Amino acid sequence: MNTSRTETLTGRVLLVLALVLTLLPLLNMVSAALQPADVNPTGLAWPTDPQWGNFAAAFETGHVGKLMGSSLLIVAGVVPAALLAATLAGYALGSLRVRGGGAVLVFLVLGLAIPFESLIIPLYYQAQTLGTLNTRWAVILPLIGLFMPFGVFWMRAHFVNVPRELSEAARVDGAGLWQEFRRIQLPLALPAVSALAILYFLWTWNQFLLPVVLIDNPLDRTAAGALTFFQGQYSLSIPLLNAGALIVITPVIIVFLIFQRQFVKALLSGAVKS
Amino acid sequence: MTGAPAPLHRSGRAGSPKGPRRGAARGWLLLLPALGAYVGFVVWPLIVGVQYSFYDWNGVGTATWVGLGNYATVFTDPELLGAIGNAFVLLVFFTVIPVGAGLVLATLIRSLRSGGFARASQTILFLPQVIPLAAAGIAWSWMYAQTGAVNEILRAAGLGWLARPWLSDYGTALPAVGLIGSWVLTGLCTVLLLTGIGKIDRSLYEAARIDGAGWWREFFAITLPGLRQEIAVLVTLSMIAALSSFDIIYTSTQGGPGRSTLVPAISIYRIGFTQSDVGLASAFGIVLMILVVACVLPVQRLARAGDR
Repeated sequence: MNTSRTETLTGRVLLVLALVLTLLPLLNMVSAALQPADVNPTGLAWPTDPQWGNFAAAFETGHVGKLMGSSLLIVAGVVPAALLAATLAGYALGSLRVRGGGAVLVFLVLGLAIPFESLIIPLYYQAQTLGTLNTRWAVILPLIGLFMPFGVFWMRAHFVNVPRELSEAARVDGAGLWQEFRRIQLPLALPAVSALAILYFLWTWNQFLLPVVLIDNPLDRTAAGALTFFQGQYSLSIPLLNAGALIVITPVIIVFLIFQRQFVKALLSGAVKS
Repeated sequence: MTGAPAPLHRSGRAGSPKGPRRGAARGWLLLLPALGAYVGFVVWPLIVGVQYSFYDWNGVGTATWVGLGNYATVFTDPELLGAIGNAFVLLVFFTVIPVGAGLVLATLIRSLRSGGFARASQTILFLPQVIPLAAAGIAWSWMYAQTGAVNEILRAAGLGWLARPWLSDYGTALPAVGLIGSWVLTGLCTVLLLTGIGKIDRSLYEAARIDGAGWWREFFAITLPGLRQEIAVLVTLSMIAALSSFDIIYTSTQGGPGRSTLVPAISIYRIGFTQSDVGLASAFGIVLMILVVACVLPVQRLARAGDR
């Protein structure tokens, strides 16, 4: 390429600047978390005497162990059920092409345009009626429904692209519908399913509005929802607040770094197709 | 787009159990769990929300029919209109800045020779998209604090007179909150646009080079039109994020100071759960949904119109 050297250099400088800006708030959290808990910390300065004990203190007084356990319970309630329902529906729409499937798809995809915020009031009174208010079910059940439009859409896109010959061959071999699904379609769908699983995990872990509104006790919320609890508890100690928040975001970052290929692919192709 | 042509029945016996539509009943059975969850926890609450919106109800007592009264309030109450106005200001920060910055960054990463640096850049830029928005709110509240990094950097740059508590200053709170959104969404935009650029036919660029096109001409004549679809997707996603933003604002400013960062989602929360005016909160929820659809549909239209 005949781009001039100054152009390349400017480009690199700009990019590095963007990276610094991206990382700065996160690093700033770390530096704040390491300052003495009882002192009002200042800006960017790396503490001379890093208080690594702040993380332990936040973990303990913030009941982080309990909070993480609560998040995992909610994840365990949402993710497998949502995955199963979305995969079955995606198979029905994409591979079996049931009569009326097109209309079902449109009906579901309309849900992508409904912000959670628009539903939060009725969801609250629904949970009250169902008797699930202030229990984890108040968050689990609606999330399964709210995640359905994207999941069905995503899984259908996978099943539509599986060559028809495959299921025809299975049929010739005498496989029933269920066998064909279990033995042939499901193994092929695993990459799509696992990408969706990662998205569902992150969306559940990061879910804020529903747990804050529907569960009174912060210790029964998702990790993200529990951040408000840290804020209340540590409103005077910025170092502990930052330490607590860092602990909560660590699992998400780890999951992202491990699965980033699948994650980004799922998010992007899902986005482009919608 | 779903209507793939039904394969021909070779046997000619329509409706035979071995036909392509075999197991229609079972197919619907497979749809049942998904539809059940969706209808039960999205469609039904939506219908109930519409119903609530026509009533004056405090959540416990008897409800009184007020017709479109709550909607009239949404469109006349200066506080609620202000919240809608703020949401549109946030559109600039959630949509225009991230897409613009994403275009620049994607082009820059594309021109990198070393794959390692390019890949690392993508990962780092994407990080804010992964962490909970509430955590982003906490991180930035600290950045913007009186003794925080932003003011420290300004002082170091000799701009100390600019220093202020950004989130509690009436004039700066809304843009400051908006920039948190820019920070979150720029990585998503960059990565998606980068994938888009990768799909553009290389020969177009070579042809442009031969014609003597410079960097700018190349960008406007090839890159930008080629990314039409991706840009439409990003504008759609970020518009929804801007208009229905809740997490960031709840953790950073709670809508304050005064009403300077109040947005519809925060209003719905307050009116519904603090002031217990369920009807009005529901009406605002429906208005918010219509607002989102009204903003998103034209973008989708534009993208479709450009399809070849």
